[in-house]
Amino acid sequence: MAAPIAPPPTVPRTAPDTNRYLLDREKFLGPIMLLPAVIYIVALVGVPLVIAIAYAFSDVTVGDQSIDWVGLKNFRNSWGNAAFQKALKNSLIFTFVTQALVMILGNILALVLASDFKGKRLVRFLILLPWATPVALVAVGWWWIFSPPYSALDYILREIGALGPGGWWSNDNNAYWLALPDRAQFSVVLVQVWRVLPLATVILLAGLTAIPQDVREAANLDGAGYMRQLVWIRLPLLAPIMLVAFLFGTVFVFSDMIIVYIMTRGQPNDATQVIPHLAFMRGVQSGDLASGASVAVFLFPVLAGVAALMLRTARRAETS
Amino acid sequence: MSSQLQPIAPPPIESGPGISYNPRTARAKRIGARAALYSTAMFFVIFAAMPFAWMILTIFKQNADLYQQPMQKSPFSFWGELNQPPTLENLRFLLWDTNYLVFVKNSLVVGFFTVVITLLLAMPAAYALTRLSGGWGESLGIAIFLVYLIPPTLLFLPMTRIISELNLKNSIWSLVVVYPTFTIPFCTWLLMGFFKSIPWDVEEQAMIDGYSRFGAIIRAVLPLSVPGILTVIVFSFTLSLHEFVYSLAFVTSTANKTISTGVTTELIRGDIYFWQALMAASVLVAIPIAILYNLFLDRFIAGFTLGAVKG
Repeated sequence: MAAPIAPPPTVPRTAPDTNRYLLDREKFLGPIMLLPAVIYIVALVGVPLVIAIAYAFSDVTVGDQSIDWVGLKNFRNSWGNAAFQKALKNSLIFTFVTQALVMILGNILALVLASDFKGKRLVRFLILLPWATPVALVAVGWWWIFSPPYSALDYILREIGALGPGGWWSNDNNAYWLALPDRAQFSVVLVQVWRVLPLATVILLAGLTAIPQDVREAANLDGAGYMRQLVWIRLPLLAPIMLVAFLFGTVFVFSDMIIVYIMTRGQPNDATQVIPHLAFMRGVQSGDLASGASVAVFLFPVLAGVAALMLRTARRAETS
Repeated sequence: MSSQLQPIAPPPIESGPGISYNPRTARAKRIGARAALYSTAMFFVIFAAMPFAWMILTIFKQNADLYQQPMQKSPFSFWGELNQPPTLENLRFLLWDTNYLVFVKNSLVVGFFTVVITLLLAMPAAYALTRLSGGWGESLGIAIFLVYLIPPTLLFLPMTRIISELNLKNSIWSLVVVYPTFTIPFCTWLLMGFFKSIPWDVEEQAMIDGYSRFGAIIRAVLPLSVPGILTVIVFSFTLSLHEFVYSLAFVTSTANKTISTGVTTELIRGDIYFWQALMAASVLVAIPIAILYNLFLDRFIAGFTLGAVKG
């Protein structure tokens, strides 16, 4: 019986199958290069995420670190708690109002930056400042602007006759921005808008400049005016990128505790309390880890929703 | 400013079919549009930059000038009957009589090691995801990027536990361990976009020249990646300077605080605020970071558009 003739050994060009050329094998090289980053992230983000959720269902404190299961007790305590109710409501309202304003202002600002004018580079730099600088440090600046009696904002309002004796807004010398509930809420939202507007603007600007020139030329030829082009051509084409800007802004505003921590600490009377700041107060300042974690996990549904929408957007972008 | 209002060589306006073209109204319209454009831009510039302007002015204010009660004189002026000339005393106080330089040093150390760890882990990961994986590389890349969006406010409680298990509580090394958790995802994503733009031929040619697959990466791809590496350095460094929550949760002793927590917790004592020094401390760090950020902005945005914009 004749043995079949062995085919000549194939030599793959990039992957010789010997240990000496281990570094030539993509099947080996790929995982080896990827693993360190993945291990780092799983160990220091994945594991803490699981622990964070486990904490929420336990009675763990700084003093007693053992995780004992208590079911939904922390959540039941939170639901009935006035501070928590305010924090949840504020977090949702602040995020929504901020994002609504940012979407309107961001579109206007992106349209401004998409046109040509002198000094555009300087304008772009100045407009980006709020996003590029550390939040904690600029929040201190805003705190100074709002703080009576030396508030610069109040000075301007006095000069234009809004504040001070006989003022058309108030007879007080100061507006006490951070001491009155509705004004403190306004101040927090104002600073959030100020901070995330640049990010939304540059994302929208990238979308605007990517609209093909021939689309606009065709619209021009058809005699469509500026507003009609804006409403019927530019904005619809911008929709996907607007969603992206909206999602990033939502995450950054909803999960931020720095502005509240520095300007108001959630005061007056929890009027500016938000979920992340309440979690920090309970978990770190009071040492009640379980209670803090059970508040923090309320960030989770919103973040998961945002993540799902982002994945969908990215996948669509990939296939289109 | 007025010279800027002159329209610069406006493009000819095409009139639509059937619309009579009146040069005078067209010109008026054009000027109106320019005026609207400039005033809108001006409004946003004032909104964005006003706080910084006031912060910078504050730094040079003398106490008697700043803390007047009732406020009679303009806080925005140095010269005039009632105001006092600018002073550098507040800067001197900040640099020599506070722990500011300690915070700066700590931030630089944390930033440096964060950059090193990020580069060592994100570079190979991004390369592997773009070149050495099948179709799942892109999806896994997006998944890794989403990790960047998991906020510190959700993770800091278990992180505190992990940090104390590692015996790093109250040390700047706790931050060196934790900061790469958000810089690695972010920079991996940025670098993936970058590696995609390097043509395959580069590695192929290097391998034909006799380098191994890995050798080709080191000898051929790495030198071409310098701009990408630079971007990673800038963003992992600035992101580490921006961070506040972990630093606040892990570090309590003055000697180990970073700029963001040191300035906001240590330069304020009870009811006494050193407003000028506080503003100086913020501005001295914020402005250089803003300039760095601005230089690399386009790459940053490319990452943030999630591929929804085709460049």
